[in-house]
Amino acid sequence: MAETIQNLMLGFSTAFSPGNFFYAIMGCLIGTMVGVLPGVGPLAGISLLLPSTFGLDPTAGLILLAGVFYGAMYGGSTTSILMRIPGEAASVMTCIDGYAMALKGRAGPALAIAAIGSYVAGTVSVVGLMFLAPPLARFALGFGPPEYFSLLALGLLVLGYMTGGSMIKNLAMIVLGLLFGMIGIDHMSGYFRFSYGIVALGDGIGVVPVAVGLFGIAEILATAGNPLRPDVLKPKLKDLLPSRQEFRDSVFPIGRGTILGFLIGIIPGSAHIISTFMSYAVERRLSKHPEKFGKGAIEGVAGPESANNAASCGALVPMLALGVPTGPVPAVLLAALMIHGINPGPLFIKEQPTIFWGLIASMYLGNVVLLLLNLPLVGIFINFLRIPYRILYPMILMFCVIGVYAVNTSFVDVGIMSVMGLLGYILRKFNFETAPVVLGVVLAPIIEMSLRQALAMSNGSYAIFYQRPVSAVFLVSALLMILLALKPLIRKGMDWKWREQLAKADDNQ
Amino acid sequence: MTIDRISGIVLLILAGYIAFETRVLPLGSHKVPGPGYLPLLLSAILGILGILLIVVKGRSASLRSLKWPEGFHAVAIVGCCFFATFFIETLGYRVTMIIALGFLFGVVERMKIWWALGLTFGLTFGSYWVFNNLLKVILPQGGLGI
Repeated sequence: MAETIQNLMLGFSTAFSPGNFFYAIMGCLIGTMVGVLPGVGPLAGISLLLPSTFGLDPTAGLILLAGVFYGAMYGGSTTSILMRIPGEAASVMTCIDGYAMALKGRAGPALAIAAIGSYVAGTVSVVGLMFLAPPLARFALGFGPPEYFSLLALGLLVLGYMTGGSMIKNLAMIVLGLLFGMIGIDHMSGYFRFSYGIVALGDGIGVVPVAVGLFGIAEILATAGNPLRPDVLKPKLKDLLPSRQEFRDSVFPIGRGTILGFLIGIIPGSAHIISTFMSYAVERRLSKHPEKFGKGAIEGVAGPESANNAASCGALVPMLALGVPTGPVPAVLLAALMIHGINPGPLFIKEQPTIFWGLIASMYLGNVVLLLLNLPLVGIFINFLRIPYRILYPMILMFCVIGVYAVNTSFVDVGIMSVMGLLGYILRKFNFETAPVVLGVVLAPIIEMSLRQALAMSNGSYAIFYQRPVSAVFLVSALLMILLALKPLIRKGMDWKWREQLAKADDNQ
Repeated sequence: MTIDRISGIVLLILAGYIAFETRVLPLGSHKVPGPGYLPLLLSAILGILGILLIVVKGRSASLRSLKWPEGFHAVAIVGCCFFATFFIETLGYRVTMIIALGFLFGVVERMKIWWALGLTFGLTFGSYWVFNNLLKVILPQGGLGI
């Protein structure tokens, strides 16, 4: 405990340095903007900002990018409540009751509760991250190649299950991502694989062009021709204060959303999205007036908004402690660390205490900044939504090209982004999720290295994966995950995936 | 034909292609897996998943039910992306962006000429100044040095 406090003090001294504090605020503001604008999610925002961090020291760079991540979670609620358009996917559930409250003239309290819930969840889950990540990293120091392979296999299977839609399709996307990740020089033998004579592909395809293509460009392709948006409701500052009853009704949903979101955040998959669906379902089930849900229940805003912020923090636990990303956003953050010459993994916290604890402290500060700035500035952020989309999408395209080109100053990366954009657009049309592809690309080198080293250790025997206890536990968990996925097929029962699809269908009506 | 069946067939073909491409890579053995070992294993898994998609009767929509209302915009945007890919280094960032943005604002969105020109030049030179001069992100200047 004393060591943690001492480390936290080190973190605050790092975060309070003028440069880092400035980047924390900038990250929060840019993140809020990214969250407000439909079509620019946190992933695209972080990817586009990545090149601008090259001139910064790694701590400042990571603080800026992490600020964008959790700032986007705050910002996403604004459009959901005022326009019924989720600024990013994790705000879908907030649309239902948030917009219903806005129609009743209670947009201000909905925005205030969303901001307060996000602040509480963000702050509490940083405490969780602070206490959970270091011991997890110490435990992971004992992992060898078999344990890492089993852990990654489990992570990918969980991702396949937890990401919405068909598990067969999700697994196919994971495999596709792994295959993309194998393009380039094989580091163990020096062979060129699937590079077709293009020298620039020797280093493989980077996570940034893949992520920007699959998320940024594909989103533009799918939405550019859409009709105009509905009018924006603009609340006044004096209308923001919730009533005493609204405060009372929100306390427990915020608490439950925080715990649920943090725990789900640690699990691979689109955790921040899933956590909102689960939180909404929990609140509706526990409510004494479930009939109010969908018609402007404040619990339907407080729970999901707290959950998505807590989940975004929870997702950083395996990334920082194990070097294993659980979603596309942590994957890009991980890539950012690697670009700055830092090796993520169990030794990261021990070897880079300034970066880790600086990030933790900056997250405390960032949450305060977001709470203090977001509500008064909501009118300014709303003005971004007045930019017509026919002006906005060429701007986003331009930023995508800059962001991707600048990572390696390579036109090949722009080409990869273009191909991935087209692929992402077609995959969306055919109801495939694209997040598993990004994860596959990031994890492919680690998973291949672990498999080959483990087989070399065991003289080619696959028994090594179940003879070592930790690895066996991971594999048994993976097997359980497959059985869980098969359960609805056998029992024809409704699992959370069905409920999620029904909720989406209801929301679209 | 449902979209799942078509997806399954495409995955199966892709798996076959990857397996074919790995023929030039040493497979190695179980003891010392070569560079072709995991790609071949993954292509087999992809093939199995493709077959499952074809065989498992899902509730997917038919191919004919797919609508492409954004098709015109999508083709124009993809065209701009590939234009940027092939010309960003030869023409430079500013010339490439002027052509791409001018095409999107002027031709695709049919904006009034002064609006289109103002936005095209403003965004191109504004973004160049912010990224190249302010944030020190290196953007290509092209053969003409502009």
